[in-house]
Amino acid sequence: MNEVAEPGNAGSQTDNIFEREALADEPTIADAIRAVIFDRLSTKIAAVLVVVFIITAVFAPTLAPYDPLSQSILNINKHPSWEHWLGTDQFGRDVMSRMIYGSRNSLIFGLLSPIFAAILGVTLGVTAGYFGGIVDRLISRVVDMLMAFPELLLAILIAAALGGSFWNIVVVLTIAFTPGFARVARASTLAVKQEPYVEAAIAAGVSTPVIIIRHIIPNILAPIVVLMTLWAASSIRVEATLSFLGIGTQPPNPSWGNIIRDGLANMFATQWPILAGGLTITVVVLAISILGDSVRDALDPETNQ
Amino acid sequence: MSVLIEAKNLGKTFVDNSIRLGPKRAEVRAVDNVSFQIMKGETLAVVGESGCGKSTLGRLLLRLIEATEGHVSMDGKDLTNLSRQEMRQMRKNMQMVFQDPFGSLSPRRTVAQIISEPMDSFGMIRDKSHRRERVAELLELVGLPAIYMDRKPRQFSGGQRQRIGIARAISVHPSFIVADEPVSALDVSIQAQIINLMQDLQESEGFSILFISHDLAVVRHVADRVAVMYLGRIVEIGPKDQIYAAPHHPYTEALLSAAPHPDPTKEIERIVLQGDVPSPTDIPSGCAFRMRCPIAKDICSSDNPKSVEIMPGHQVACHFAAPHPITNAQRPT
Repeated sequence: MNEVAEPGNAGSQTDNIFEREALADEPTIADAIRAVIFDRLSTKIAAVLVVVFIITAVFAPTLAPYDPLSQSILNINKHPSWEHWLGTDQFGRDVMSRMIYGSRNSLIFGLLSPIFAAILGVTLGVTAGYFGGIVDRLISRVVDMLMAFPELLLAILIAAALGGSFWNIVVVLTIAFTPGFARVARASTLAVKQEPYVEAAIAAGVSTPVIIIRHIIPNILAPIVVLMTLWAASSIRVEATLSFLGIGTQPPNPSWGNIIRDGLANMFATQWPILAGGLTITVVVLAISILGDSVRDALDPETNQ
Repeated sequence: MSVLIEAKNLGKTFVDNSIRLGPKRAEVRAVDNVSFQIMKGETLAVVGESGCGKSTLGRLLLRLIEATEGHVSMDGKDLTNLSRQEMRQMRKNMQMVFQDPFGSLSPRRTVAQIISEPMDSFGMIRDKSHRRERVAELLELVGLPAIYMDRKPRQFSGGQRQRIGIARAISVHPSFIVADEPVSALDVSIQAQIINLMQDLQESEGFSILFISHDLAVVRHVADRVAVMYLGRIVEIGPKDQIYAAPHHPYTEALLSAAPHPDPTKEIERIVLQGDVPSPTDIPSGCAFRMRCPIAKDICSSDNPKSVEIMPGHQVACHFAAPHPITNAQRPT
């Protein structure tokens, strides 16, 4: 066996390596997402739309010109004018204001349900994947069972059974989205569990809960983030659907779904509520989906150059 | 010298216990009835072909894999029946250096976090500044500048990563380290550096090493004693010089003849074994090596050869144990 190269020699070599690699620092998740947003025109537009949507929802009381619930018998079924940009509905309520307040509803559902579903799904998926055996079998079978239902059907089923209060809808959407997260989390956990650094942590005497929190979860997060963005769009769409069917947000509280529902009954008097509701849902869901797709492209090493 | 690690009749069978329909995958006998001792401060090298159970053996000693049968004791304390919590505490005394310098360091954590992980889990860190102090010491000990502690593993080369892995292993002052092919993933020029580093540290820290390798040249350099494994069994174990100078098991002899000699002009007789290593799912009866052994007789298929001590500390599991068994058998007498 040959003798070692002199330490000084090795030192200068390492310095070079560091200079070179310090420049090409590997991008973090946030960097990758940022890069992809500014890379494509469609994503840029989608990002702007999503930001407008969020601002509208957050500042609804400041932006809305009227109280969304106040009725006026003198202003029924008005067409758009300077006073009422989108006209009024059959109770004389300002459609513009109802749309603006409805965005709060959509934002809350779009955020809450995917977040809850992600927390629940990741917990189940990681537990199943890390411990395996009988735990895995139980969790996986329940998840498979839930997956057999289309999410909208499942949501309608539960909402019809429990009624349409705010928390019921959140629970419905959470349950509908959890299986997807659980599956992705389980599959990623199975892969990460095989990594030598997990074995190294076991050999280092790290306890199991710490291994899961420190080594498993951070390394399965990328696909979970993608799923959350994609399902934020689904969540808004499903909530609107439920409200349209009358088992979601209950009138008189405004929701994009029940604005269309009310408008449909009153279609021959004024078409504006349907148009406004339908277009807004389409645009917002499309924008979030495009953003979600871009995030997936950014985080998926397969499509990432 | 006193005994540090003792393995007694250690065995591991991997069983397919899934509930899939259809036929079960065959059982794999990875380690079969292995017994040996490791003295304090010594390096025992385990050599053998891929898939002979070397890595499994190393993990059985650390209980990273649970043994199917047999016992491992450290300083006379049986590890096999310790509870999870007790075993976790024992890990302070036994650490591991991994083969893969890329996979064995978590890509998301800084060097300081990686190195201090064992110290953290054994409560050996008082506070933040103490942690950085210790990490800096360890980095310098393994020949890396302390200022690199906040970098991520991807900013290092393979050899540097392996130094980080070694710093992590010695951080808790273990008395025993399993080094699972620690240099096989490195360039030859770096291999020597890492091996010398491990030897220097062993001298100053006094730990024992189980050095798993398939590289006979490396083993010759690092080992005090050598154990040769074939299909999960130790076929020959003894002091390095005796094994290299006079192998008594035909497999050892064949293995040694396959290693390149530093002097290319020297003619060496290459013993080429027939056939492949049998699958560990279907180990031959009697001596596991008999299908490929040029000097096998009838007795080899009926009786599994017992390990016999042919010289003090040198044991061979062969019915025809003799110095250079194949070469001597082929030479007309």
